[in-house]
Amino acid sequence: MYRNRLNAQRLAAVFLVGCLLFNYPLLALFNKATSVLGVPLLYAYIFIAWLGIIGLIALIVERRLD
Amino acid sequence: MLSGWTVILVSFAYLGILFAIAWWADRRADQHRSLIDNSTIYALSLAVYCTTWTFYGSVGRAAATGIGFLPIYLGPTLMMALGWFIIAKIIRVAKANRITSIADFVASRYGKSHLLGGLVTVIAVVGVIPYIALQLKAVSNSFTILAAAPEIVMPVHVGAVPLLHDSALYVAMIMAAFTILFGTRHLDATERHEGMVAAIAFESVVKLLSFVAVGLFVAYGLFDGIGDIFAKAAEVPQLDRLMTSRDTAAGYGSWAALTFLSMLSVLLLPRQFQIAVVENVNVAHLKRAAWLFPLYLFCINLFVLPIALGGLLYFGPNSGVDADTFVLTLPMAHHNNALALLAYIGGLSAATGMVIVETIALSTMICNDLIMPLLLRRGWFGLHERSDLSGLLLEIRRWAIVVILMLGYAYFRLAGEAYALVSIGLISFAAVAQFAPVLIGGLYWKGATRSGALAGLMAGFSVWLYTLLLPSFAKSGWLPADFMSAGLFGIELLRPQQLFGLTGLDEISHCLLWSLLANCGAFGFFSLLRAPDAREVRQASLFVDVSGWEQAGPLPGRLMTSGGTTLQVTELLAVTGRFLGQAKAQEAFERYARSRGLPLEQLTADADTVNFVERELAGAIGSASARVMVASVVDEEPLGLDEVMNILDEASQVRAYSRELEQKSQELTRATAELREANAQLRELDRLKDDFISTVTHELRTPLTSIRAFSEMLQDDPRMDLADRTRFLSIIVSETERLTRLINQILDLAKLESGRADWTTVEVDLGQVIHEACESLSQLYKEKGVALTLEMAEPLPQVMADRDRLMQVMINLLSNAVKFVPQTVGQVKVGAGATASDVRVAVVDNGPGIRTEDRETIFEKFRQGGDVLTDKPQGTGLGLPISRQIIEYFGGRLWLEAPVAGGGAHFVFTLPLPTSDNAIKRKAGGAHDKENTDRGR
Amino acid sequence: MTKKILIVDDEPNIVLSLEFMLKKEGFDVAVAGDGDAALEKIAAFAPDLVLLDVMMPKKSGYEVCQTVRADPAQGALKIVMLSAKGRETEVAKGLAMGADAYVTKPFSTKELVAQVKALLA
Repeated sequence: MYRNRLNAQRLAAVFLVGCLLFNYPLLALFNKATSVLGVPLLYAYIFIAWLGIIGLIALIVERRLD
Repeated sequence: MLSGWTVILVSFAYLGILFAIAWWADRRADQHRSLIDNSTIYALSLAVYCTTWTFYGSVGRAAATGIGFLPIYLGPTLMMALGWFIIAKIIRVAKANRITSIADFVASRYGKSHLLGGLVTVIAVVGVIPYIALQLKAVSNSFTILAAAPEIVMPVHVGAVPLLHDSALYVAMIMAAFTILFGTRHLDATERHEGMVAAIAFESVVKLLSFVAVGLFVAYGLFDGIGDIFAKAAEVPQLDRLMTSRDTAAGYGSWAALTFLSMLSVLLLPRQFQIAVVENVNVAHLKRAAWLFPLYLFCINLFVLPIALGGLLYFGPNSGVDADTFVLTLPMAHHNNALALLAYIGGLSAATGMVIVETIALSTMICNDLIMPLLLRRGWFGLHERSDLSGLLLEIRRWAIVVILMLGYAYFRLAGEAYALVSIGLISFAAVAQFAPVLIGGLYWKGATRSGALAGLMAGFSVWLYTLLLPSFAKSGWLPADFMSAGLFGIELLRPQQLFGLTGLDEISHCLLWSLLANCGAFGFFSLLRAPDAREVRQASLFVDVSGWEQAGPLPGRLMTSGGTTLQVTELLAVTGRFLGQAKAQEAFERYARSRGLPLEQLTADADTVNFVERELAGAIGSASARVMVASVVDEEPLGLDEVMNILDEASQVRAYSRELEQKSQELTRATAELREANAQLRELDRLKDDFISTVTHELRTPLTSIRAFSEMLQDDPRMDLADRTRFLSIIVSETERLTRLINQILDLAKLESGRADWTTVEVDLGQVIHEACESLSQLYKEKGVALTLEMAEPLPQVMADRDRLMQVMINLLSNAVKFVPQTVGQVKVGAGATASDVRVAVVDNGPGIRTEDRETIFEKFRQGGDVLTDKPQGTGLGLPISRQIIEYFGGRLWLEAPVAGGGAHFVFTLPLPTSDNAIKRKAGGAHDKENTDRGR
Repeated sequence: MTKKILIVDDEPNIVLSLEFMLKKEGFDVAVAGDGDAALEKIAAFAPDLVLLDVMMPKKSGYEVCQTVRADPAQGALKIVMLSAKGRETEVAKGLAMGADAYVTKPFSTKELVAQVKALLA
């Protein structure tokens, strides 16, 4: 499975997306004094994005290849 | 209710459970039913990353900066995504080379350098000590607070506590003892500790559960859910600002810097390297860890901000309760002693996990890369002592563990109070980040050299010392304060945390910027100063060429063909036995011998064996020391040219390959050009031959035409009158003669040109030949009334030549002359004379001469001088070419002199004198051989 | 009326044989030894047919042939090329130059005479 170079590229892409999501300027977009369902927007954003990244990694490495 | 003794008892009980788990796992390992050969356990053990910093410190950080605690966990998440490129490769390299620590890794990569291994060890120890101090501080604080329950009392300033009353000292000592029990019970060649890993994985579960329990308690016990906490906090202006980040460039900059720093740390911290790389059972485990470990980090951080805000709301912003202790003090304040105890155990888990792995990793490094090389250099282990040294190795490690923890305690006493937990940890992060260029660079860049790595590490470490460690002492009052404000020697530009006037960055980003700049700069600069030497090239290819994705193939071993002896194997076995124990060594050697299909007695110390022993020993004493030990036995010669050729690094292979390609293509181009030229020559030769044959047939057909015509006429007309008949018959006869002559000469020329002519080279009296030639033609001259005069400087010297051939040349020249001179007034003069080096013969006539432009063409075949004449000349057009061939065969020249006004043709030939020219003899000899072979046919 | 034939060849014995043979057949015969002489004789002697050797000094048979064919006054003149070079390209070249026949040496005297007679008939 980890011979699959496609997965390597996907993981590299996830890394780049993560770098983008967790840094200026995307971070600044959510740096506002508002809240979503009682949770501060920035806080909610980071945790959701974080979970998204983890989910993507899991999806890539755990998915059974035919 | 919670007395100090209860807490102590629970603590030891917990440690006892850990120990039981470790013992169980070790036993399973001995039974080859490894407990930790499991990707979930691997992922959980990676969570040793979360220490008391996470458990207590994150809340403190969150209470001060809001989400500022998060980059430390986002970085590792990103690293795990990228880890497939880097971590997997490191694991494969480490497994293939029996790497036991990060110091070993770096030392091995750069030619198994002792110096480099030692430097990495020093940096790691110095860099990580603040981090260990952090754990001691956290555990001792949590113990003090918990023991004082139900009162919530912050620990007094550490400086105010007498040494022997300081709980941190006892914590340090207990941890040292516990670590020694854990990590140094026996020596393993692979430096793996299955029991420890299992215990660490268990600890990760404990700390997560207890933290989440506290989080749920705060969110739903103290408040009405997370939303309630945020809503209440939003009403307090001081807390509202924690909901957003500092919206400044410096704020985002430091955010990014911390993310980057933690990315490196999750791999480069000695304990992370130990768990992720050294203790890894199977690279495939990385697959699950890539998402499970980040998920763990996610879960343990979910409640950090709620707890921080909850604490701040509960105690009030200026209550004096340290936010670093909220995890413990919130349950205590609510008199939930069980939860407080659980929280304490969670904190203890975080601390012990970190301390155990970190000190074991450091003690291995200190032993293998610092102490052993020193001992080896001093020659403290004589090779002929047969004592078992594995005990000594364990002893060194045990003392190293004690020393590390005592140093940690010392740092805690000296500087621990000046910082919050997280800030202390970041100092260590910045220190180990210095390994990044040499380690990651060394994994992908073959040009990196030992001197580059040394320079880079020293530069980065120095800057770190100056901009981060020394200021931590200064802030604690152990260094003069004006060191910070005025700079070293009062030079403003050298202020440690505004180096060269750089302001606006937090101290971590500031240090990271300058130290990595210096590090990478020096690393690159010194690496590029010189090409890697043979050993570095070899190691570089071992490290760089391992693919992180493919299964590691057979190791590119050294292709040393020289044998080595079986006696050396006995010695190698003895040496290995002294470090691993005799039984283990014997077993390993036998296994190895079996793998090569040889009985142990027949094993010789060849390159493979040496590699094997080096790897075995590397597990116990580090690769650099192993190399020295093995070299002392087999007296390994420095890498020879052959070996160097065999281990050419990829770059030079590629270079060589492309050079080869280029060369090949050049050769091809050249060959094509040559072929084309040869082809053109062939075609020209073919054309010439075609022309020649065409000319020959023409020359043959011409007399044939006459012969046939006259014969047919004679045949058709039997009554032809006698006069005609006689005339025609004589024409037929002469044409037949002409035909015969022509055929003879063509054959002669063919022989000459193919070198198959028969030569009889003897000493020839040239004067006599000339006389005879004149004699034989005198009748013809008389008939035509041409005068033949002879002017010779007699006696002419002897020449080496074929007498008959020379005669042929003379007759050809004389008969040509008589053919062209006018009858009755014609004159032909023959002159001959000798110089120091040759004999010169001239034949001059007073005929019409030959045009200047024809002077060379007359020597071509069938190119008769006749073109200028109206009368068809007699002859074949082959006489002169044949003559020239003959003369040139004997090393002479035949040419036509430039015509003088009114003069006729003037032919000259020379022949070299034999005494002055060996070439003739050679040629003569060659001709004889030819003759013999011809005869043989 | 007697047909006139010009023999052009640089080989005296061949000229001799052809001259003897054709005279015996009753033709009016003239000879020339090279290309230039051939052109002069063609103008002066006005032959009905020329037996023209190709390889000759001064002007080759090809050149003579070309010159003759360039002169419309000589349109009726028959040309038979004689050559010791019998390769196809040379035969083709001779015919292309305007020769009426191309005979390769050595030739059969009877056939040559027959060919000459056929051309002059």
